Amino acid sequence: MKKSVILGMAGAACLAAGMATAGTLDEVKQRGELNCGVTTGLAGFAAPDANGVWQGFDVDYCRAVAAAVLGDPTKVKFVPTTGQTRFTALASGEVDMLARNTTWTFSRDVDLKFTFVAINYYDGQGFMVPKALGVSSAKELDGATVCIQTGTTTELNLADYFKANNMKYDPVPIETNAEGQQQFLAGACDVYTTDRSGLAATRATFAKPDDYVVLPEVISKEPLGPLVRQGDDQWADVVRWVANSLVEAEDLGITSANIEELSKGTNNPEINRILGTDGGLGKMLGLDDAWAKRAIAANGNYGEIFAANLGESTPIGLARGLNALWTHGGLQYSPPFR
Amino acid sequence: MADITIPPKDSFRLSMLIYDTRYRSLTIQVVFMFLLMAGATWLVNNTIYNLHVLGKDFSYSFLWSRAGYDINQRFIAYNSDSTHGRAMLVGLLNTLFIAFISCVAATVLGVIAGVLRLSKNWVVAKLMAIYVESFRNIPLLIWILVIFAVMTEAAPAPNAFRGANPSAHMWFFDTIAVTNRGVYFPEPLFFRSLGNIDLGIFLVSTDLLAIIAVMVLSILGYKRLQRSAETVQNATGIRPVTWWKSALILIAPIVILLVALGFHLGYPELKGFNFRGGVHARNSLIALWVALSVYTGAFIAEIVRAGIQAISRGQTEAALALGLKPGQTTNLVVLPQALRVIIPPMISEYLNITKNTSLAIAVGYMDLRATLGGITLNQTGRELEAMLLMMGIYLAISLIISSVMNFYNRSVKLKER
Ligand SMILES: N[C@@H](CCC(=O)N[C@@H](CS)C(=O)NCC(=O)O)C(=O)O
Repeated sequence: MKKSVILGMAGAACLAAGMATAGTLDEVKQRGELNCGVTTGLAGFAAPDANGVWQGFDVDYCRAVAAAVLGDPTKVKFVPTTGQTRFTALASGEVDMLARNTTWTFSRDVDLKFTFVAINYYDGQGFMVPKALGVSSAKELDGATVCIQTGTTTELNLADYFKANNMKYDPVPIETNAEGQQQFLAGACDVYTTDRSGLAATRATFAKPDDYVVLPEVISKEPLGPLVRQGDDQWADVVRWVANSLVEAEDLGITSANIEELSKGTNNPEINRILGTDGGLGKMLGLDDAWAKRAIAANGNYGEIFAANLGESTPIGLARGLNALWTHGGLQYSPPFR
Repeated sequence: MADITIPPKDSFRLSMLIYDTRYRSLTIQVVFMFLLMAGATWLVNNTIYNLHVLGKDFSYSFLWSRAGYDINQRFIAYNSDSTHGRAMLVGLLNTLFIAFISCVAATVLGVIAGVLRLSKNWVVAKLMAIYVESFRNIPLLIWILVIFAVMTEAAPAPNAFRGANPSAHMWFFDTIAVTNRGVYFPEPLFFRSLGNIDLGIFLVSTDLLAIIAVMVLSILGYKRLQRSAETVQNATGIRPVTWWKSALILIAPIVILLVALGFHLGYPELKGFNFRGGVHARNSLIALWVALSVYTGAFIAEIVRAGIQAISRGQTEAALALGLKPGQTTNLVVLPQALRVIIPPMISEYLNITKNTSLAIAVGYMDLRATLGGITLNQTGRELEAMLLMMGIYLAISLIISSVMNFYNRSVKLKER
């Protein structure tokens, strides 16, 4: 009772502050730029290239959203965040969304008050060791020194896994992937553990990737995806359906090569709806009709984004696996556009 | 006689609050106080409101929930099933530990360097000047990172100690192992340990308590012996020979205790991935300790030098002329006065060290910032609560240090009568 009176008074006193929490969509449009929280640098997911332009799987999600909302995939300000700073950055409004290898968990969703809008990469935690150690299973890691990024699900899974298997380890806490890589290569830790996609991406940047192996064990479920602040459903819908449109585009065979052609109109009503030839969906989101067309055109459909950044033709060389379309035995599936 | 017109009491006008110097300062203070309180109210309200908008409340209940993460350096029992509150305590002890050993080392280094900088030996004095100037003028963070990098990149991995023909060797008759994961020392162990006393929050080693008790008693006994020798000397003019009694009182009891407890050293041994046994000082601890000590030591050296130079040469010369030996001159004339100048700025240096320990973030030393203000904050999303609590704790530590030091300062101050 008393609390609500205080809150009410505070609310009245802070109209100005209240205005700052107006719809994120309007704010982004007004600003003309999307603030997108990404990693501090993880090849394949988000890292600046030689020209200082951000590239990667997560980066392409930011660009797709910017294309849908602002009409220009380059209007993104990338904000590098560490495992520890990312949630504060999102909660405080420093970024409009996070696309940063972030695992959807109960407490982040419910207690930390975020809304996960999609799972763009189904992953699990793994271990990487130098081949020279002669270790072939995570069960042999008793007594090892392990590098872990702090503020992640990784450190919690690790504690649980070693405890469950009655093993001991010496954790070396690190802030960023770059720091972890340096410590691991210097031999300051025997094992580097994080999401297996992250391990593959990190290993790909080593001078001698073949000297290191990722152990077979997958010790957790790490559904990674973009997230926004809880409580702004309109903005959550925008990011969610941009993400869905990329998967749906692959499902429907819309690629960056044929998108112009298809958007002239087809006899598939679903394609017409998603590309805005049959209007209506965009307005419901608070965007124009061509929103999804622009999002897909920015970097291609989900399959194209995957192949370009992480796929088997890249140095990272990840197979689609769980991330294949549902029609190909994977889990990537978009609700219908209607 | 000049006319002094005393303004009649009833002629007070509002404008006098500003123009009349008798009221002006009061007016300013009241207005300032009012603005300050309005500002504080606005800040608090704004925070409450914004937390409300985010759907968050303000609560410290997370301190009692399971932490779920491991901490590598712990002085009290802790595992991932312990609470966030206990994780905070582990971090706090790590902070206090690094602050304490850094203060000690910085003081030793600083006093030596400060005194040597005044040395008549040109080379020694210049070397100390180089030490002071180079360490003082390069940011502490850089020293921490440099030392950490050297430790991890230059020292051999535990693997290098393995095999028939290892490329790395332990030091001091195979007792100390320097690796890229830190330094392993022998640890004191007891065959017939007395066990621990459970204080609820943590365990205290009874062996340690017994050792401390015996040492305190020995020292008290030694003092007594000296006093009685003095009485004899004052009465007869001849000081009785006490050195063997002193040695007996100081050494015998502790040796007997250690033998009774079955004291021995546990040596680090390479087993599996790492050395096991012994005390493990991690690279993060060593880098932080060395950097904090040498950096702050440089400042302390200057303080010590200033303190000594503040005592005019004339006093030393006078003391020597009176027949005091150089040692006595330093101890009885120069130091008591120099300490007066040295101690107040030393308090600031100790406070600096304590606060600078939070640079542990750079090398992953698990201090208070890393536990409460790092992992706990991040895993629970309680930014405001964790930050406020952490600020409160650092403030409390600093206030305690400065009050203890101020107390010491008063006790060495020149007593003026
Ligand atoms: N999925 C985990 C771990 C995420 C994570 O931090 N991954 C690392 C390695 S895969 C990363 O992205 N590092 C990039 C950086 O250091 O900025 C989580 O959400 O807690």
